[in-house]
Amino acid sequence: MAIALWRALLIGGVLWLAAMMLPPLMSGGWDGLVAAASQQRLVRTIFWISVVLLIATIVSWVFRELLRRTMPEVIAKPMRHAPLTASFGLMIILLYVIVSVGAPWIAPYGEAEIFTKINVLPGGDPELGGDPSHFLGTDQIGRDILSRLIYGARNTVGIAFLTTMLSFLIGVTLGFLAATLGGWIDQGLSRGIDVLMAIPQLIFALLLMTIASEWSYRSGISLTWFMIVIIAVLDSTRVFRLARAVGLNIVVMDYIEAARVRGETLLHIVFKEILPNAFSPLLAEFGLRFCFVFLTIASLSFLGIGIQPPLADWGTMVRDLSQFINFAAYDPLTAALPLMAAGAIALLTVAVNFVVDWMLQNSSGLKE
Amino acid sequence: MSSELLLRIRDLHIEGRADEQWLPIINGVDLDLQRGRVLGLIGESGAGKSTLGLAAMGFTRDGCRISGGSIEFDGTDLLALSKLQRRALLGKRIAYVAQSAAASFNPAHKILNQHTEAPVYHGVMSKTESQGDGMELYRKLRLPDPDNIGFRYPHQVSGGQLQRAMTAMAMSCRPDLIIFDEPTTALDVTTQIEVLAAIRDIVEQFGTAAIYITHDLAVVAQMADDIKVLLRGDEVEQADTRSMLANPREEYTKSLWAVCSFQRPLKADVAQDSVPVVSVAGVTAAYNKSADVLHDVSFDVHRGRTVAVVGESGSGKSTVARCIMGLLPPKQGAVLYNGEALPASYKKRTKEQLRCVQMIYQMADTALNPRVRIKDIIGRPVEFYRGLKGKQRDDRVAELLEQIELDPSQYMQRRPTELSGGQKQRIGIARALAAEPEFIICDEVTSALDQLVAEGILRLLARLQDELNIAYMFITHDLATVRAIADEVVVMKEGRVVEAGPKEEMFTPPHHPYTDLLLSSVPEMDPDWLTKLLAERGVDNIGDAAVARMN
Amino acid sequence: MRSVSTIILQRLGLGVLTLIVVSLVIFCAVEMLPGDFAEAILGQGATPEAVTAIREQLGLDKPVVQRYLGWLGNAVTGDFGVSFARLNFASNFGASTNTTVVSVADQLKPRFVNTLFLAGVAASIAVPLSLIIGILAALYRNSVFDRVANVFTLTSISSPEFFVAYILILFLAVLNPILPSLSNIYETMDFGARLKATLLPALVLTLVVTAHMMRMTRAAIINLLASPYIEMARLKGLSPVRVILRHALPNALAPIINVIALNLAYLITGVVVVEVVFVYPGVGQLFVDSVKIRDIPLVQACCLIFAAAYVLLNLLADVMSIISNPRLRHPK
Repeated sequence: MAIALWRALLIGGVLWLAAMMLPPLMSGGWDGLVAAASQQRLVRTIFWISVVLLIATIVSWVFRELLRRTMPEVIAKPMRHAPLTASFGLMIILLYVIVSVGAPWIAPYGEAEIFTKINVLPGGDPELGGDPSHFLGTDQIGRDILSRLIYGARNTVGIAFLTTMLSFLIGVTLGFLAATLGGWIDQGLSRGIDVLMAIPQLIFALLLMTIASEWSYRSGISLTWFMIVIIAVLDSTRVFRLARAVGLNIVVMDYIEAARVRGETLLHIVFKEILPNAFSPLLAEFGLRFCFVFLTIASLSFLGIGIQPPLADWGTMVRDLSQFINFAAYDPLTAALPLMAAGAIALLTVAVNFVVDWMLQNSSGLKE
Repeated sequence: MSSELLLRIRDLHIEGRADEQWLPIINGVDLDLQRGRVLGLIGESGAGKSTLGLAAMGFTRDGCRISGGSIEFDGTDLLALSKLQRRALLGKRIAYVAQSAAASFNPAHKILNQHTEAPVYHGVMSKTESQGDGMELYRKLRLPDPDNIGFRYPHQVSGGQLQRAMTAMAMSCRPDLIIFDEPTTALDVTTQIEVLAAIRDIVEQFGTAAIYITHDLAVVAQMADDIKVLLRGDEVEQADTRSMLANPREEYTKSLWAVCSFQRPLKADVAQDSVPVVSVAGVTAAYNKSADVLHDVSFDVHRGRTVAVVGESGSGKSTVARCIMGLLPPKQGAVLYNGEALPASYKKRTKEQLRCVQMIYQMADTALNPRVRIKDIIGRPVEFYRGLKGKQRDDRVAELLEQIELDPSQYMQRRPTELSGGQKQRIGIARALAAEPEFIICDEVTSALDQLVAEGILRLLARLQDELNIAYMFITHDLATVRAIADEVVVMKEGRVVEAGPKEEMFTPPHHPYTDLLLSSVPEMDPDWLTKLLAERGVDNIGDAAVARMN
Repeated sequence: MRSVSTIILQRLGLGVLTLIVVSLVIFCAVEMLPGDFAEAILGQGATPEAVTAIREQLGLDKPVVQRYLGWLGNAVTGDFGVSFARLNFASNFGASTNTTVVSVADQLKPRFVNTLFLAGVAASIAVPLSLIIGILAALYRNSVFDRVANVFTLTSISSPEFFVAYILILFLAVLNPILPSLSNIYETMDFGARLKATLLPALVLTLVVTAHMMRMTRAAIINLLASPYIEMARLKGLSPVRVILRHALPNALAPIINVIALNLAYLITGVVVVEVVFVYPGVGQLFVDSVKIRDIPLVQACCLIFAAAYVLLNLLADVMSIISNPRLRHPK
């Protein structure tokens, strides 16, 4: 029933779109279509969204085919059953990695380089207050926005990655310890984590950042470092819960008991027996935690208490550029600047989530 | 009882979705069932028994589809019916009894309300009529307090009783056909009997046709008029029960029936002055701070001999094993090794003490780390206890693999997931042997295996015992296994040793009443076994009632 | 088996204990400040006399335990002390601190009401919407509807709140001026105007929370529909509607309550960023402002309020799911 209804709606929509698009396409070709589409705002929006979705679909299909055909069997095999969303996610993640590693070579200027011209408008047209050498313009103190966007990939993603790694190091170690040792160590750790988790994460982070900012002010260590440690510790509570649960599921297995009564050490049991079996659920969780950490850091930076200048980062950029959004009716490109930074954050999290979703479906399929 | 055809399945194909593609589960099975007959469906797990049973109702689970064939119920093609028409048959004319009654009763409603649901919904009876009928059925099924038990919630009733209540529920509309999907698999042997007797009675009484799905040959022999054997979605053969038991035609069926022809010769009695390898001395134990699960348990295991520990789930037989291994330090008593007390906890034992006592587990799946290669699973204890490294270690592993009759060149590099159940269990044995122990605990090592494979394992264990003079403690609930391999038997009940002695004594009366009950409750392949037993004991003296009387 | 009331009482006791421990954690966190309160208030250039004066005035010379108990006692009665910013202002200009200074509680009260209003509007849209979509997605899983909902919610979860906020501002405030992009709220506003000013931030919260809640509802329902008693009900030939209403729903209550409570708790975090974007005069914005100027009493108070709301919501979910569990309601 529902499927039929949706199919009807979908086909109807496509037909309607086609009917709308056909006359201008016939008379004026692609330009005519674009011209016709831009007459009405709603139609224009739908039109561009469809174009973007279509391109994304095609590109991710091509990417999946590429992986299937050219890559060694280890990568090609899972790709054969991968949905397009997963291929899209992988492609975007790869893109971000390339940009963040290659930032110094890709970006036209340094991230903290200050030019004399401030508030140059994007577009590169001198008549409209632009400058060809700064394609996306400069900000309030004269830094090249394009360069900062590119370096933002390196800083924002890099710091989030570092934080997640640290969070996993703490969470997985403690979680496995709790699972294998049990008894009062498990009880103590779990109750402590319960207390930390009783305070909403962002709220707790804000409280700790207040105190850290005082320390940072006195010690001269950048607040960014404090933030990394604070977020990692707070986020490790979630990792702990999962690692402990996964660990407990493995610890009850007879092969762990066999290893114990053989007289194996704790290290052997954790690294040789538990870890290889916990790897895939932990990897999926790593993706999810990374998204969460990434968003938390972006939110903190957006609120002005996260990654500190002179490091370029997307959260701060959104906040600094947010006022431009009011120019949307006159200069769409300027208004898009804050959205570009925010969109860069969203795109990566969407990509990671798509991949994780696929991984989780895979592993749940195997269980049945 | 008419011979009119009730169910007619032709060339049925069912596929299941796995890994983004459709894989066959049932490949073209035919099935005929006359009114009032009981057909037993038998096969290993994965044979497609349940899928076929559900398909007889025109139903498939999520992720499965019927891809070909026809299912005719009383002349109407179920697959051609609309959903609405099919629903009008389900519950009313075809009913279902699931494996786990505890999970299949809705926890939010009282038992009787669930009982009356189908008759009222299908307009067969009014609610009051159906309630009265329910109580009557409960009485027929010998449920205790039949007038009030229906007003309880499912979690307030025991497993065996729930299973009977579910049978009553299936009967509520007086259907023409009932599908029983392993209804007694989750129950203990002593409880199983009364459920079997109840189901058989009521099916006979109302002349209901039934499909009885099980993997237990002895059970199906009691319940079914005809038996159909399935193997991986294909029919192997079908015949009426007696001729099937007497002379199976196909090789596979013969292998199922040819159970435990294996029997070891009796050994000479243990010398009076010999010191037992392991002796459990007055062990009382409890988990955490809860009530004791073992009460003053004592028995000895001598060198080169096998002691079978028998009892139902919850009797404490596995707990004894945990005490011996040092996983559960006893509250009182001790475990002696060659006459000397072992430290209570494995953490306090020396490497040498740990080496001498090894264990083989019931579930080879969970006993072997799925991420480790066979070479390292067996190699680790070799390296750990004997300090062999590199080539020496590999040679020893190869030697062990040969001992368990697996080709080293083929299996060294594999992982457990690439092996069959029997092969995995052999690896488990090799890992225990690698420590060169004097004593091995075998915890239900054959119960998860098919009969023929299990027999192979038993033969292997017996051969190893003869060659290496190892002592076994054999935990099992299966008397055939006990007959095959044991030298001495220990019967346990509720954490106490009820009776102990040499095997031949245990299988000849007189017994302790519990031993008697336990021994007689294990279904036998003889199709008249249940009838005879009921005649001997009387319907009121089976299962829970008998246990209660004994206490 | 213990009766339901004992279990609930136990949970309530545990909840109170959690609150106390949380307050202790918040208090201790502030104790980790370098130097002490007084220096923090006056900055590093303060004269020793001024520092001593403030210290005495705030009772900083007393032992830690006594200070904690005093702070907690006052907090319970609604007295969160005096904001540093105000205090600093007052001491610099020599006014008598007792008369003109506005207490933290007075600052918080109107904002608390505003935040509750915002969260209330968001919840009243999000809860019914996400339950309906979630249940539909579960019933028609793997259909086109389910897949579209999946991609949409995944995208929505992945986007930071401020991204969603600016997108909505762009479309609903700048390009099509339907709603105001800044939430200008004052006390004498009538309900309609207040609702209009709140709607845009509420929509942002709704989008984010709905995605989470819908996914969790879907998972819970699918999990439930896989249980053998649902199969049994279907095999009795009951209609799908009856299966859902009579067999699934009574058991779905506990997971659904859990989902709602968890997401209302999630709203608490979301509110902070959204309030900042829309300059909405709520507790979240005050919180962020006071974090920036390191106004410790205010930070402490806001933190305590948010944490308390979070703990209470989780407690409520716990208690409700205990009550709705038939196994606990009808002990053996």
